[in-house]
Amino acid sequence: MLSIKAIQKSFGGLTALSNVSFEVREDDIKALIGPNGAGKTTLLNIVSGIYQPDSGEVLFLGERIVHLAPKAVARKGISRTFQHVELFVNMTVLENIMVGRHARTGYGFISSGLKLPAVGREETEIRQKSEEILEYINLAHRRDEDASNLPIGEQRILEIGRALATEPRLVLLDEPAAGLNIRETRNLGDIIRKIRDELKITIVLVEHDMDLVMRISDSVTVLNFGEVIADGTPLEVQKNRDVIIAYLGDEEIISGGYGAHP
Amino acid sequence: MKRDESIAFIFFVLLMVIVPLISESTYILTVGIFAGINALVAIGLCILMGYAGQVSLGQAGFYGIGAYVSSVLSLYAGIPPVLSIVCAMIVAALAAVVLAVPALRLKGHYLAVATLGFGEIIYIILNEWGPGGPSGFGDIPHFGIMGYTIDSTSGYFYLIWASVAAVMFFSLNLLGSGSGRALRAMHDSETACNAMGLNVVVLKIKVFVLSAVYASLAGSLYAHYVTFVSPSSFSLFYSILVLTMVIVGGIRNVWGAIFGAVVITVLPELLRKFEELDVLVYGLILTMSLMFFRKGIVPILIDTIKRARGSAVAKH
Repeated sequence: MLSIKAIQKSFGGLTALSNVSFEVREDDIKALIGPNGAGKTTLLNIVSGIYQPDSGEVLFLGERIVHLAPKAVARKGISRTFQHVELFVNMTVLENIMVGRHARTGYGFISSGLKLPAVGREETEIRQKSEEILEYINLAHRRDEDASNLPIGEQRILEIGRALATEPRLVLLDEPAAGLNIRETRNLGDIIRKIRDELKITIVLVEHDMDLVMRISDSVTVLNFGEVIADGTPLEVQKNRDVIIAYLGDEEIISGGYGAHP
Repeated sequence: MKRDESIAFIFFVLLMVIVPLISESTYILTVGIFAGINALVAIGLCILMGYAGQVSLGQAGFYGIGAYVSSVLSLYAGIPPVLSIVCAMIVAALAAVVLAVPALRLKGHYLAVATLGFGEIIYIILNEWGPGGPSGFGDIPHFGIMGYTIDSTSGYFYLIWASVAAVMFFSLNLLGSGSGRALRAMHDSETACNAMGLNVVVLKIKVFVLSAVYASLAGSLYAHYVTFVSPSSFSLFYSILVLTMVIVGGIRNVWGAIFGAVVITVLPELLRKFEELDVLVYGLILTMSLMFFRKGIVPILIDTIKRARGSAVAKH
């Protein structure tokens, strides 16, 4: 469904991504892992149109999207969340979701200001759909609270709910478990799975929490210093020698370090 | 509009109908007229700044465009004021699109300076090329509609506050709709708006145009009421004055704009008895109100009412 083809991106002299290629299959939960600075978020930003790559292609459902602006990418059916939560903090939980539905609607300032009947009907529909989404992500009890008053775990889930409101085909999650405790992370994993299983939405997940990644993902791509060093099922990746070296250091160094004891 | 807002709106309209009936004094009505004119500009600035998160120190420019374009068209071209006011709105809207172009690239202080520059450009144009130059011109026709000319003070009071009511009706509907939510969302995170597929560029242009059209309407009504205009009424001082109204009333609430406009217009009149000390007392009141009511008067009133309701419910 999503093909990343030979993406090259550097910032000044620093190469963030070099020749990165991989595929995301439809209805998969694809995890993108790697040490800090490996280029995971840069890649998400390229897919969602925030950055332009120096070269390479991104195909979504067979269509080139690499030249599109973020809002155009969103309209193609790719939604996302952010590493540093980007909620609308001065709005209620329900309103946050409702904004997510706005892009699907066509009424402008004049018809809204005059409150034409069609606008009222549409508003009722937006509200209804948004409340359904809140129920779906188990946040209905927070409906009228300011988004900024939620604990971080619920803020991250609200961000996922807002992404769902745009009716996407693909959702990009940038470190959704950052700052969450074990219970919250488990709940998050359940919700991500439910979204994929029930709504048939494909997920790309950038994450450092290995328990979560190994538990819910179907396929894992590992980046290190801007290059793909492994791609496969969670089990395959766990056993991959390059991955172990990237995360823990070279075997010789490890055995050398521990082996120093006679 | 939500239920509470509808009640407030009806109450507000009734109040404005009653004021001229019980007040014999032309003086009070005149102050009320100016408060209404200022309220129109303030509502636009409040939506622009408090809701959409854009800054403008150039509203006097749009206000001036409204006054001059409508005056010139009705006085020299003989166009009826009803039409000349609409023409002025269109000119102001076009000017707002021009201003929005740099505004799309700028934020915060930089945007403030850019809009300030815009206001000054309009001021200089009016000074140099406006009829009568710096001393302005008079004999502007009174507002009239379908052969009936409004020339009494109470007539203008009704005309202007009916305009405020219409603008308020439109604004409350807009802010309660999806477009209003999109404006507030843009204030909080443009990045997230983009990721939701919202067109932030178009939204910014629209909200600048909206505030410009309101200010232009106010300027036109001012010109047809006073029948004389000169550039000095449209200087930077006026932009700052409107900003003060919006902040004192409560920048995140459109009712605050009306309230702030009334307070800031009436206050100097009340302070006349301090004679030469009036400016000092005026400054002191503004400083104090910002120190103690930072959110603005209206939001604090609303909080107080909510708390009172809450405790009444709790007692049951």
